[in-house]
Amino acid sequence: MHVDGTEKKWVILSVAMAFAMVGILTAYAINHNIVPPSNVETIDSVSLHLSAEFAEDKLGLRQTEDGSLVVTMVAARYGFYPQDMKVPVGTPITFRIASADVLHGVHTAGTNMNTMVVPGYVSEITTTFPKTGKFPMFCNEYCGLGHDYMWSRLWVVPKDEIKLGDTL
Amino acid sequence: MTTQVMDSKAGRLSLANIWIAFITFLLASLMGVYQVAERSGFFPQIEVIELYFRSVSSHGVIMGFVLTTFFIMGFGYWIARSTLHIPLWGGDKLGWLGFLISLGGTAMAAIMLFIGKASVMYTFYPPLMAHPVFYIGASLLVVGSWVWCLQMIMTMSSWKKQNPGSPVPLAMYAMTANSILWFITSLGVASEVLFQLIPWSLGWIDTIDVGLARTLFSWTLHAIVYFWLIPAYIAFYTLVPKAAGGALFSDEFSRIAILMLLVFSVPIGMHHLYVDPMQSDGWKFVHMIGTFMVAIPTLITGFTVIASMEVAGRLRGGKGLFGWIKALNWDNPMVLAGGLSLLMLTVGGWGGLVNAAYSMDVAVHNTQWITGHFHLIFAGTTVIMYFAIAYYMWPSLTGRPLYSIKMARLQLWLWFIGMLVLTLPWHILGLIGQPRRIGAPPYSEEFTAPWVPYETAMLVGGVILFISALLLIINLFFSHFQNKAVQRPVMEYAQPLHPVLKLPGLLNGFGFWTAVIAVYMVASYGYPIVQFFLMETHGTFPWSI
Ligand code: HEM
Ligand SMILES: [Cu+2]
Ligand SMILES: [Cu+2]
Repeated sequence: MHVDGTEKKWVILSVAMAFAMVGILTAYAINHNIVPPSNVETIDSVSLHLSAEFAEDKLGLRQTEDGSLVVTMVAARYGFYPQDMKVPVGTPITFRIASADVLHGVHTAGTNMNTMVVPGYVSEITTTFPKTGKFPMFCNEYCGLGHDYMWSRLWVVPKDEIKLGDTL
Repeated sequence: MTTQVMDSKAGRLSLANIWIAFITFLLASLMGVYQVAERSGFFPQIEVIELYFRSVSSHGVIMGFVLTTFFIMGFGYWIARSTLHIPLWGGDKLGWLGFLISLGGTAMAAIMLFIGKASVMYTFYPPLMAHPVFYIGASLLVVGSWVWCLQMIMTMSSWKKQNPGSPVPLAMYAMTANSILWFITSLGVASEVLFQLIPWSLGWIDTIDVGLARTLFSWTLHAIVYFWLIPAYIAFYTLVPKAAGGALFSDEFSRIAILMLLVFSVPIGMHHLYVDPMQSDGWKFVHMIGTFMVAIPTLITGFTVIASMEVAGRLRGGKGLFGWIKALNWDNPMVLAGGLSLLMLTVGGWGGLVNAAYSMDVAVHNTQWITGHFHLIFAGTTVIMYFAIAYYMWPSLTGRPLYSIKMARLQLWLWFIGMLVLTLPWHILGLIGQPRRIGAPPYSEEFTAPWVPYETAMLVGGVILFISALLLIINLFFSHFQNKAVQRPVMEYAQPLHPVLKLPGLLNGFGFWTAVIAVYMVASYGYPIVQFFLMETHGTFPWSI
């Protein structure tokens, strides 16, 4: 087998680069506690309206006993409910989202709030919005002929504008 | 080298496969133009959403599954004949049988797509349900391609028996690796379709687990892109240096790169599930590391190809650090395509690194960025090499000279330019938040106003690409069906700079590597699949579009 000197150096460099990239990403993920939505939690999509957490009157922003903020949402053809919602800026917020029908995806454009919503499973994602403003939440997975119509609005507002239980 | 298999019938099987690939490609390109026109907003009268999603589903299935599979089968058969000089294992008859199975399946799926009974995108994620004939047709397309896999593997092994100790020619070795890759890769989607989608669409079972279906699909969805890409790499290693008048820089490292692709690419598909709730972050992390390992063979390929081009450039009298680039024969379609393809790979590769890192991926997941990325890498980098390969093989396949080299050059340039004009704006659209897979959404102006210039650019890109697609077909058609017969040229491949007389068995066979993949596969997908049978899950009923 013939191995050229320059090529050998390049291979070593390639391996080093691949490991360096993984290293940087890992260090960054650990430092900033970056965890993709991965809670592996099941739910019966057919009876969301009867569930303790996802029934219609339970949706929206609430504070849990330990003081953290949770937004409960349902994705159903063709909207994310509640459709208009206020959340405080600069505060960690945990979204818990379930689908009542098919596969959806939700992305709050311009932020890293981005998750698939898979029927049969609960999607949980925690994020902090650094800027105030009105943000669209687009459905980003094809979910049927009305997919284009599936979007909702999220207002990120100063903290003092939020009264808990308030969904605008 | 003997040429006894290059008789006038030898090319038919390959030609049939490749014509199916390119005819459907032309049709799907037309759909592409319709899609960009619909999206641009300039033609409100064609904004019929039902038609749009019918079109995108058909375009995706044809480009992703039909063009690729048929082209690769045709190219593979021709490599087997022109490198090994022995008849195909099972004969051409078996090849035709596989071809007919795939063609029949394609026709079934296409009918359902065209009549709007399968507007579920090329990913057909449940619980949206298509007509059962669509799923059955798609399975037959894959089953037909398994016949091809078997023939590639067995033909190589009979050649090895007849030529003990001789290195399998690189092009054949890599194409056989590709057939093994494809077989293993396709098992994921095959089990999803056979055990979940078909019984469910026929009403034999009421519900299916969408989490499991997505996990099985992810098994296929990543490595399939290497099935598409390896033929382009084969051209990089063996045809581009030949056309440039040089030699392959390193036969051994080319094999190592192919083997690394084979081993690394299948067990990492879960990077498509970074933001899916039914898989835990530990597995996602493992698959992310695996994903970055694929950068290694990609970088090695880049080196080998550029070094081979440099050898050619210097043989042509190129001097200095970059003089060899100028000295290359860029008027040759294969050399030109190789250069343009590498440029697109370089740009698109950076995008791929963003997608592969789950911390960055969340910003672009399922945005138009993704569509931009894979059109650049797949429709650009990969498919432009398919064109060049077709031009290169055509005289030896048809016994006719290429109708117009000038037209071929123009076609390649247009494809390159069109692809950049189409995909760079898509990347930007993604970054400013446009979701993928939308038709003409009624979002409020305040969000969509910044999109307008980029959507206009994509219309221009789409039209350029369609013109290019037409030129391809015209050129191939007039070449094939002209009266001017020539002496059938021999299909030529670049020889390595340092001839390989002996190879370690590991670089000349696949047994060991297949075992490695099996172990790696069980390690990386075993639990993520088994978990669905261990926890209490709730199945989902079908939904129509
Ligand atoms: C004439 C040139 C082409 C044009 C104008 C075009 C345009 C488009 C458009 C507008 C979409 C919808 C994208 C979205 O909303 O996400 C699309 C999807 C797609 N294109 Fe192309 N395309 C072209 C060529 C190709 C080629 C050559 C390939 C691959 C060989 C390809 C593969 C795909 C696939 C797989 C999808 C499906 C994406 C999905 O389902 O999300 N396209 N194309
Ligand atoms: Cu949707
Ligand atoms: Cu992938």
